[in-house]
Amino acid sequence: MSGHSTYQPKTGFERWLDARLPIVRLGYDSFVDYPTPRNLNYWWTFGGILSLCLASQLITGIILVMHYTPSADHAFASVEHIMRDVNYGWLIRYMHANGASMFFIAVYVHMLRGLYYGSYKAPREVLWILGCVIYLLMMATAFMGYVLPWGQMSFHGAVVITNLFGALPLVGPSITTWLWGGFAVDNATLNRFFSLHYLLPFMIAGVVILHIWALHVVGQNNPTGVEPKSKADTLPFTPYATVKDGFAMSVFLILFATFVFYLPNALGHADNYVEANPLVTPAHIVPEWYFLPFYAILRAVPDKLLGVLAMFGAIACLFALPWLDTSKVRSMRYRPTAKLYFIIFVVACCILGLCGAKLPDDPVLGHFKTFTLGDADLNSFVWLSRFASLYYFAFFLVILPVLGLVEKTLPVPDSIASPVLSHPAAAPEQATAAPEMKG
Amino acid sequence: MLRKLSVIAAVAGLMASFAAAPALAAGHPLEPEKIHWSFNGPFGKFDQAQLQRGYKVYREVCSSCHSMKLVSFRNLGDKGGPFYNEKYPNSNDNPWVKAIAKEFEVADIDSETGDAIKRPATSADRFPSPFPNEAAARASNGGAFPPDMSLLAKARTGGPDYIHAIVTGYKNPPAGLKVGPGQHYNPYMPGDLAAYWSGDHAHVPPGGFIAMAPPLTEGGVTFDDGTKATVDQQARDVSAFLMWAAEPKLEERKQTGFAVMIYLILFAGLLYASYRKVWKNESH
Amino acid sequence: MNPSADTLALASTEFDLTKVADGQQVTLKWRGKPLFVRNRTPAEIQKAVADDSASMKDPQKDADRVKPGKAQWLVLIGSCTHLGCVPTFGGGDYGGWFCPCHGSHYDTSGRIRKGPAPLNLAVPEYEFLSDTKVKIG
Repeated sequence: MSGHSTYQPKTGFERWLDARLPIVRLGYDSFVDYPTPRNLNYWWTFGGILSLCLASQLITGIILVMHYTPSADHAFASVEHIMRDVNYGWLIRYMHANGASMFFIAVYVHMLRGLYYGSYKAPREVLWILGCVIYLLMMATAFMGYVLPWGQMSFHGAVVITNLFGALPLVGPSITTWLWGGFAVDNATLNRFFSLHYLLPFMIAGVVILHIWALHVVGQNNPTGVEPKSKADTLPFTPYATVKDGFAMSVFLILFATFVFYLPNALGHADNYVEANPLVTPAHIVPEWYFLPFYAILRAVPDKLLGVLAMFGAIACLFALPWLDTSKVRSMRYRPTAKLYFIIFVVACCILGLCGAKLPDDPVLGHFKTFTLGDADLNSFVWLSRFASLYYFAFFLVILPVLGLVEKTLPVPDSIASPVLSHPAAAPEQATAAPEMKG
Repeated sequence: MLRKLSVIAAVAGLMASFAAAPALAAGHPLEPEKIHWSFNGPFGKFDQAQLQRGYKVYREVCSSCHSMKLVSFRNLGDKGGPFYNEKYPNSNDNPWVKAIAKEFEVADIDSETGDAIKRPATSADRFPSPFPNEAAARASNGGAFPPDMSLLAKARTGGPDYIHAIVTGYKNPPAGLKVGPGQHYNPYMPGDLAAYWSGDHAHVPPGGFIAMAPPLTEGGVTFDDGTKATVDQQARDVSAFLMWAAEPKLEERKQTGFAVMIYLILFAGLLYASYRKVWKNESH
Repeated sequence: MNPSADTLALASTEFDLTKVADGQQVTLKWRGKPLFVRNRTPAEIQKAVADDSASMKDPQKDADRVKPGKAQWLVLIGSCTHLGCVPTFGGGDYGGWFCPCHGSHYDTSGRIRKGPAPLNLAVPEYEFLSDTKVKIG
């Protein structure tokens, strides 16, 4: 953290260590004395929850590797060996499989929070981009991890995703051969995915450290989007933020445990309990839920190369976001029009997720046909996904750049403390007084 | 604050419901009947008598074509299994398990001569497969491959409900449906019958073709506990048995889950109380 | 990360056509991918030839996709040219193959007629060793 440190070594050993490696000072400044905006709401607890998810995935993953066999002939059976014979293997594997979903739930909430409160705006562009890098690494890790059990969905998911690169002109086929290490997804592919699935989480952990470092340089954003100005605006991280994060984490763990113990396969696909068979593709091939919106964008475009480009473009928009949004006001709390478009954006993402899970030609409403537009009936998921994709891109490329220049915003408070202290819950006559009040 | 929490829960729930939303298959087979299984719900347990009956159906009917290669004989005597007996915490000592294993022969190599031999199975062995490989299985079954049953109840959407619906749900094919040789019409089987249907194209019959002939017959199995062996009863019992085979740790999972939930709820309550105390004098 | 030497050492495969009955298809594994050997009915061939002049994404005559005088035998790599799923026969709008992943429709000659796939199902290199035997690869 920038700014001067208030750490006071107490014992002789602490003084000795502090002069040689000020690691305790670093921890103290980052997680104890670190000034936190006092008005952070529960949406801000997802950073801590994500650290918990990463730790859980790393620990369960390392234990799983002790029992897993990365080979096309034995991978499926070794996962079942974990489920049936390894001590608490079922628990570890279900935690790891559902933990991936929990990780994505938390990361989507975290990202939408950043989007709503303008956490990507100057000076937090690098912080936001590091977050996007983590998200990309998470997607790669989750995809490769899903291949490892070598079930039908694992195998054909790997076939589809690696073939995406084949859409690139000229170099495409060589790239897919290079990715596969053969002429089809096979043992060589499984082994390299295993290697990378083990490596990438540590890279995520590395980028997370950079992400937290960047956060501590620029400081946390807050629901008002106004930078802290005085001591009245902030509270020390410990105990205020730690206890709130801890409570949110424990609630999140209840959700996690509900899936692990009572719905362990609800987020997976039945087909993945069938061993991989290169000769038969499951009738209904869909990726894991967290990829569905991007999958829907891919399918919305009738051309192979353009579909792949649209899908990657959807992620590229996130990277460019700090420069696409032209608004001077950071938080959408004071941007009523933007707030409306944001809500539609969230709905569009959910619709895309729904479209990704359905067959493109199935009707959305009832079982009737309307009229054929282009290559499909208007009452079909493929058209619904086209409208939603269009909105997705319009939100980033048209609405945010234009809206920032033309919208009417609400008055932004002078400081964090002023709206907080004049909050109706606070004692009204002492609104300007010291912060020792009931909250 | 609670309102905000409910928003978080709602968002998470929404995402989960999208993920779990059943995708409609091409031929739109009929929805299997929902059966009230003893292992449903957060406190569900397997019914041991039902598992024993189900094992008998598997042994006498299914096992002539379907392998169950991920399950070992010792698993039958594990906690929650069909032949668990608390007198034998180590299932390898369980006399029922030993007796069952002896009925099977497994391939081995004679350690002295190196010849391939057959020997009686032990409780540590896995269930031997009825065919040596997939090609042999197909050759004996008119080109169809009877799927392995170790994970069947988890490998099909609908699980045990689906298995019960398939084995009890055979119907005579509607007039206008061309059924090929070695095929059987089943309205619960996923598939697309449009190409075999000569009737009205807006009303293609639900379901698909299955190569397996109706496997269960009234009284085809004699249950040792005197339960009447109707087709429905056999189907229920074998579906429950296959659910156990696919998820033998189900009881342990749900029991552990209960303890974990109690712990987490108390822990969350404690943290909430601490949170209120710490923030008591701070506006936010 | 390119293919290792043992992966590159691909044997070609010989296949006995008497195993495929009229109007049936056999799927074998070749280079890790499925290979369809289809014994087409006269109706299927007729349909494919009749469509030769229809508008197509990847125009090709049916005659160019089979060996001369052996129009009943169609040998295809059973891997959708979109994203590599395995199409199933008997589905789709053109009486040929249908890919369940993203809804590509192929006709009875394996040509792409509708959907996102850019190319026809590929015909591998193969030759007839005799009337009932082909060598693929």
